Amino acid sequence: MEAESYSDPEIAEYISQNFIPLTFNIKQKGPVFHQYNVLWTPTVLLLDSEGRERYRSEGYLPRGEFFARLLAGEARLEFMQKRWSEAERINKQIVERFPKSTAVPEAMYWAGVVRYKSTNDHSGLAPLASDLKVKYPESVWTKAASVWAG
Amino acid sequence: MLVQWKDDLNAALAEAKQSEKPLLLDFSAAPA
Repeated sequence: MEAESYSDPEIAEYISQNFIPLTFNIKQKGPVFHQYNVLWTPTVLLLDSEGRERYRSEGYLPRGEFFARLLAGEARLEFMQKRWSEAERINKQIVERFPKSTAVPEAMYWAGVVRYKSTNDHSGLAPLASDLKVKYPESVWTKAASVWAG
Repeated sequence: MLVQWKDDLNAALAEAKQSEKPLLLDFSAAPA
């Protein structure tokens, strides 16, 4: 991950601006692996400011997919803080910037949930479920949204 | 710009609490 993603200037800036970044190598920091139940490398965890794990990515991802997944994690952090507009903005950014990413159906799903949570208006959920079904028929997020279709 | 990685977990957790900034933890087995 170091050679490819972290050396990318945009990803490096994004990480530096939005997170306190720590790195642990299994040879020097084995106990931290155990503390966070890290079973495989590379693994990236996002913790909120209270130190609670909120997002986990396990295994290698190419640059674009990695960036999309980091954004998904950030969106989740915002969601858990009930910062709805930020969560929605980031999920839309994933869809727009990384249209081929496997993170897109998940981002679409959570953007819909955020809209509902922030407005209490569920009228957008059924169209979203249909949209997911058309664009990502095999996605687990399409299956999760299928209950909205009625 | 390169990422300025830290490795002191306790210090970073304290910084996160004070600054209300989330943390990114990267776990690797790559040769140092």
